[in-house]
Amino acid sequence: MGLEEYKGVFVFAQQVDGVLNGVAFELLGKGKELAEKLGTEVTAVLVGSDVKGLADELAVYGADKVILVDDPELKNYRTEPYAHALASVINEFKPEIMLVGATAIGRDLGPTVSARVQTGLTADCTVLEIGDFPINPIPNQEQKHNQLLMTRPAFGGNTIATIACPDNRPQMATVRPGVMQKIAPIKDAKANIVEFNPGFTPNNRYVEIVDIVKAVKNTANIMDAKILVSGGRGVGSKENFQLLEDLAEVLGGTVSCSRAVVENGWLPVDLQVGQTGKTVRPQIYFAIGISGAIQHVAGMEDSDLIIAINKDEDAPIFDVADYGLVGDLNKIVPALTKALKEAMAEN
Amino acid sequence: MKIIVCVKQVPDTKGGVKFNPDGTLDRAAMLTIMNPDDKAGLEAALRLKDEYGAEVTVLTMGLPKADEVLREALAMGADKGILVTDRVLGGADTWATSTTIAGAIRNLEYDLIITGRQAIDGDTAQVGPQIAEHLQLPVISYAQDIKVEGDSVIVQRQYEDGYHVVKAKMPCLITALSELNEPRYMTPGGIFDAFDKEVTVWGRANLVDVDDSNLGLKGSPTKIAKASDKVRKGAGEKVVLDTDEAVAYLMGKFKEKHII
Repeated sequence: MGLEEYKGVFVFAQQVDGVLNGVAFELLGKGKELAEKLGTEVTAVLVGSDVKGLADELAVYGADKVILVDDPELKNYRTEPYAHALASVINEFKPEIMLVGATAIGRDLGPTVSARVQTGLTADCTVLEIGDFPINPIPNQEQKHNQLLMTRPAFGGNTIATIACPDNRPQMATVRPGVMQKIAPIKDAKANIVEFNPGFTPNNRYVEIVDIVKAVKNTANIMDAKILVSGGRGVGSKENFQLLEDLAEVLGGTVSCSRAVVENGWLPVDLQVGQTGKTVRPQIYFAIGISGAIQHVAGMEDSDLIIAINKDEDAPIFDVADYGLVGDLNKIVPALTKALKEAMAEN
Repeated sequence: MKIIVCVKQVPDTKGGVKFNPDGTLDRAAMLTIMNPDDKAGLEAALRLKDEYGAEVTVLTMGLPKADEVLREALAMGADKGILVTDRVLGGADTWATSTTIAGAIRNLEYDLIITGRQAIDGDTAQVGPQIAEHLQLPVISYAQDIKVEGDSVIVQRQYEDGYHVVKAKMPCLITALSELNEPRYMTPGGIFDAFDKEVTVWGRANLVDVDDSNLGLKGSPTKIAKASDKVRKGAGEKVVLDTDEAVAYLMGKFKEKHII
């Protein structure tokens, strides 16, 4: 395989029901940055049925080119026709990097396509950069430049590994939604569309979709929540948890709590974080009126960002918090909710 | 019906992890369990066996000590165990792993292959779909419900915003979510029997249609550039401000972090 034949950064632009997933824009943002370092372009791969109208939106978020695979077989996501579409695009256009969102679709499509085009895939990356492999020169081993270095957590978040794919192309990675940044929109950008249809002939691998069921929102699983607004004894009463509910609502988060709150009967045990409750690792964890006993901290210290609000300056929660506010939660929380509401209304 | 369930013995990630000098995981040095998603997949297979009658074969790739996880599966009710183990398979990434497992499965008859969605050590969710690709099978990932109807499976395939009910003709491969079911316990009789049952051990020579260049560390397209223990983060900033300043401070941080 001539690796130098492979050029450009490609992004799988996931859409469902004609709506682009935000991760597509985020990957375009990162893809653009990588492409600039490599002196190349970022291309969105748009796959679906009757989705041409979405192409301009991809240009607005930085796609230099949009490869459109549009076919009635691609109406709803199914592994086979989508894998055939993306693998065919890779074989035809030969990108050096292929990025896919680590969604319930991408984490099925990515592995299938990587196996089909016989390359490596690194899952759920949190950092993507261009660099050398090996990172430091090793005697009698070629050090390759301009490699995609993919960093990801593993072993339940206990370790961080940086992975390269030096001898196969494309270098493929999936990235979780919310990790990368989209660029500021380029107003009125028009897509440079390249239409491509590899042909879709149903075979034994085409499954049949019998029914599509959209979720009825059921009870929150705090282990899946991206944002947790957690309260402790300091919240003071069951009724006062409304302040936390309001903050959670504006952020699209979920309310959780410490053990004291459950013992007081303010909230049910399935919302409890800590050693005797659940271990959580959200992107943002608010610890509000929580002192931070070791048993609680054990269940939340791996959160990406911890914000503590407590009136006790010496509360141990401040030892693990990224941002600690010493003050009255009854004043700070509603004021913060209001400020967030206003900020979001502006965007 | 013949069902193959792929299981993995994984380090109990709650217990901390240890590395070899080359950056790969030192699996021999850690406490181990049956990977939770795989266990749900096994339970799903055992329920199909209870309902329709089936022969359930559990297959694992790993160190010789991965025999333990097969014994556990046998004690839960599986019929046969196959351990794929060989020095040349060590250090495999998902590509080399799925190539190996597919090579082992080519020896077997099956209607259905069930794997877990992902293992708690690697968290990649790649090996199941990649086995299906190597074997040219339809794949249904993220199964939250599995039923059999004639020569087909009817599966609830989970998405972020609900699920699809998907029908596939067997043979096919399904990846199971932990929430699929509550796995049964081993029974005392089962444990007793499990140690009498034979576990088949296969090595490199038993893999069908597999090239040496696709095996183990050497056959892995992805290479570890560096690995490290996660650095425990210490205390961040602590501020004492009045309400308006406190809110402005946090909003500033949110903007800096692109949260808003």
